[in-house]
Amino acid sequence: MGFRLEKSGRIDRTKPLDFTFNGRRYRGFAGDTLASALIANGTHLTSRSFKYHRPRGILTAGAEEPSALVQLGEGARTEPNLRATQVELYDGLVASGVNAWPSASCDLAAWTGRLAPLFPAGFYYKTFLWPASFWKALYEPAIRRMAGLGHAPDAPDPDSYDRMNAHCDVLVVGAGPAGIAAALAAGEAGARVVLVDEQPALGGALQGLRHRVDGVDGTEWAGAAAARLAAMPEVRVLTRTTLFGYYDHNTLSAVERRTDHLGPGRPAGTSRQRLWTIKAGRVVLATGAHERPLVFADNDRPGIMLASAAQRYVNAYAALPGERAVLFTNNDAAYEAAHDIVEAGGSVGAVVDCRPQPTAPLAPALREAGAALHTGSVIAATHGAKRVRSVTVAKLGKDGGLSRERYRIYCDSVLVSGGWSPAVHLFCQSGGRLAFEEARGVLLPGEATQALQVAGAAGGSFGLAACLAEGGAAGAEAARAAGFGDGSPPPPPPSDAPEPGAITPYWLAPGLKPLGHGKAKHMVDHQDDVTAADIRLAAREGFRSVEHVKRYTTIGMGTDQGKTANVNGLAILADTLGKTVPEVGTTTYRPPYTPVTFGALAGRDRGDLMDPVRRTAMHEWHEENGAVFEPVGQWHRPWWYPKPGEDKHAAVARECRAVREACGLLDASTLGKIEIAGPDSARLLDMVYTNAFSTLKVGRVRYGLMCGDDGMVFDDGTTARLGENRYLMTTTTGNAAHVLEWLEEWLQTEWPEMRVWCTSVTEQWATVALAGPRARDVLAAVAPALALDTESFPFMSVTEGTVAGAPARVFRISFTGELSFEINVPWHHGRHVWEALMAAGADHGITPYGTEAMHVLRAERGFIIVGQETDGTTTPQDLGMDWIVSKKKPDFLGKRAWSRADNLREDRKQLVGILTENPKEVLPEGTQLVDKPGRAPVPMIGHVSSSYMSPTLGRSIALALVRRGRARMGETVHAAPDGRFLPCTITEPVFYDPEGAKRDG
Amino acid sequence: MLWIDCPWCGPRPETEYRYGGEAHIARPDPAATDDAGWADYLFMRTNTKGVHAERWMHRDGCRRWFNVLRHTVSNEVLAVYPMGTPRPETPRLPGDGAEGA
Repeated sequence: MGFRLEKSGRIDRTKPLDFTFNGRRYRGFAGDTLASALIANGTHLTSRSFKYHRPRGILTAGAEEPSALVQLGEGARTEPNLRATQVELYDGLVASGVNAWPSASCDLAAWTGRLAPLFPAGFYYKTFLWPASFWKALYEPAIRRMAGLGHAPDAPDPDSYDRMNAHCDVLVVGAGPAGIAAALAAGEAGARVVLVDEQPALGGALQGLRHRVDGVDGTEWAGAAAARLAAMPEVRVLTRTTLFGYYDHNTLSAVERRTDHLGPGRPAGTSRQRLWTIKAGRVVLATGAHERPLVFADNDRPGIMLASAAQRYVNAYAALPGERAVLFTNNDAAYEAAHDIVEAGGSVGAVVDCRPQPTAPLAPALREAGAALHTGSVIAATHGAKRVRSVTVAKLGKDGGLSRERYRIYCDSVLVSGGWSPAVHLFCQSGGRLAFEEARGVLLPGEATQALQVAGAAGGSFGLAACLAEGGAAGAEAARAAGFGDGSPPPPPPSDAPEPGAITPYWLAPGLKPLGHGKAKHMVDHQDDVTAADIRLAAREGFRSVEHVKRYTTIGMGTDQGKTANVNGLAILADTLGKTVPEVGTTTYRPPYTPVTFGALAGRDRGDLMDPVRRTAMHEWHEENGAVFEPVGQWHRPWWYPKPGEDKHAAVARECRAVREACGLLDASTLGKIEIAGPDSARLLDMVYTNAFSTLKVGRVRYGLMCGDDGMVFDDGTTARLGENRYLMTTTTGNAAHVLEWLEEWLQTEWPEMRVWCTSVTEQWATVALAGPRARDVLAAVAPALALDTESFPFMSVTEGTVAGAPARVFRISFTGELSFEINVPWHHGRHVWEALMAAGADHGITPYGTEAMHVLRAERGFIIVGQETDGTTTPQDLGMDWIVSKKKPDFLGKRAWSRADNLREDRKQLVGILTENPKEVLPEGTQLVDKPGRAPVPMIGHVSSSYMSPTLGRSIALALVRRGRARMGETVHAAPDGRFLPCTITEPVFYDPEGAKRDG
Repeated sequence: MLWIDCPWCGPRPETEYRYGGEAHIARPDPAATDDAGWADYLFMRTNTKGVHAERWMHRDGCRRWFNVLRHTVSNEVLAVYPMGTPRPETPRLPGDGAEGA
């Protein structure tokens, strides 16, 4: 525990915690983060970098961490790419750095660093172009292994996640001094307030500082504020909660980590995380700011960290960053970090300030403490293998380059500060525009497009007094805007922090060799290994747009989204292009602010709860009788019913034969059923179907095709006329809801004068399709009162009566080509009627059949399935179904479009049958068809839409859409599955009973 | 997420609604419309930067269609009005582009 201070800090020294990192055992304390505990143990090397496998350490103390990414936990609960700076320590924690194999300390892939000249910006685009086949086989797997960051768990997530909704008048994001002041002001005005912060306790930056607020230590003030907020009934405080997304209309998303900090001690029955959706009247963004690094040669060695991070480790966690530090800065504020280290008993060897005449008030105190002050100087090189061991400081010449005046300074840590960047991520996600302030080199929130205010450091006010004042004012104003209080800000509490002091933006410190030469790297994006030389190269190669440079170099594309990298990268790009930062612009900030687990996003919507399952009234019977189920939309339909020893093929063949030779029973309850009533029902149907329904007689049934006004088929089904003004429409199973919406849309928007009511009755009627030459005998046995002869109950008609004691509507329609009755009974009678039919049919060889047999049977008969034979570009004419298109009706949906030139082309794809030369060959559906075998590219003339082994014909059959197909009957084409060319004959798309002789039994 | 004031059910989140594309595109008389006109009705829509009149349907609620004026840059909902009524006047906001036909 060499670097743990004896006293101070906010850790609990009475609660030691043991943990394992990279295979080594360590000890920390309650209140530590993984990063602070490692630093207290003198460990800075945590992982290897993404591209070059350079040793990497802890750069920051917060959400912006780009380097210290760890794989946390083991087994099903392992989680990749967590920031060690945000992982709260618990007893028994196990973690390792990402991207290192076999370990961060001895990394076998570190040789990539020596190949660095081979990995310039855009090297993916340049290197892996040729040959194309190498990409999948060689390059991609190799790159993924080398640069995969962490790994996902390979077992199901054992934890549960919840989803929460909150509505509030004022949402305050960030519980630093500004956010606390805002929440207090809005809460005291009586508004419903939600305060969200990612840390376990309120205070934000105060946790890392030693300043006093209202006469007490800053964290004490924050703790008292937390107690005050807790006592307000309309205020909700969410800690350990990251607000990661700001969406339209002040809808925001946050993820609350409830048990992650407890490790194995997590209570059973508590969801691990909650996803909050918060709808806010006003939003106060008090998201603070991130310190940014300076860009200098080899600025990524372990031991080099942000000045404010070092300050936080000392003040909050009593962890010294090293024995001897060097500060490198361009601003006054960072001197405070070095000063706090000295005060805590650490040593600062030198202060390197790139400004010629720094004005920092703390400079004399640091000099007195033994720090050499190098003004107008930069760190020109750093040295050390797995930890910085010394730096070379060089005086800047008049031209901004290095002079010959150089010093070697020994140290084991370097504190860096390039100034502060407001955390404008959420502001930008909300649609707000940024403005660049040249003097401090900061991107500030500009014009907002949503109901929000920005307060404190997020708005560029980095001083503590300003944060407290702005926060209170923003909170009061937000409450007023939401209807609470008069908006007058409360008096801000007094504080003792000095003003942030002067800064001179400084973007790129020269190294000992020209940029891009030699081994030194000026790292801009630590996570993606993007250097200043990469950005220069991209600009030289012609990239001007910042969005293009981002994609070419990958800057800011890591899991940290470039929080420490983007502003430096922008400034270096602007400088290279000879433009200003506003001229170059910024890249887009997108949710999530920090990564969110898939578990939290999925919530309870997983496994059985992912999507509701719809089951028919006969579902249990199907289960009891061994059905294999097929999901169709949300429905589970019996696919086939295998008998012992049968495979799919045998079962389907048996079911098909039963329907053709005896009789079969299909559960057709899932077909959409819509009752259409009202005096204008016939008019509506005449408009939405291609054929006429006004001429349909009561008691009769007609098949119809439904097209969009673009002329393309989108649904089909039969519709029965139950009465003068009452129809029952059936739709395809998957399209039922869509068809109902389609009818409602036209009725409400285009034909509001029509008096028609549409009602879904799908789940009111259970439907049994009884099909086969013996169907009449079976039905007669359970419905003795029904007249079933062809004369009194002809094909395409409907009758009502009693079937097995249940009131029933029986339709004589057929999707198999055989004599067929579709029996509709009230849903709760479904199983009873099904079983009665099975019993009555036992002597007739009745066989339940599933959707696979249904598909085979309908394909044999040449009946289409919408969505299989059609794809949204198929007209009735393409399907050879001109017979169903009315010539008499002056107008209906789809008609006008068919005379458009594209729909009159002779080479449109048309529905045909396809018979392979080899009758045993079943073509995969989707197989491409070509005229002649040949080397690719071969012109494609069509594709197979349905393909089965037909038990009735004893050979394979297929339906296909082929260019000009109707005119090519009998011609030979070639199907091209899996690299073979198989000769096939084009035929009519009806393979069985083309005359329809079987339909009456 | 958008929040839209359903005229029948009040303010509801976007997830309860179905978007119905540009409003005020009447189906022309097919007999009196040439191919170009029909293609225009079928396929051509404005790509407005600014105030856009569009149709929405409260699918998970009352299932009624209505019109909305929405600013496509800010996503602000400026008006909700019934089907079949003319588009209300709205102030043109700074940054509004051409709105097309």
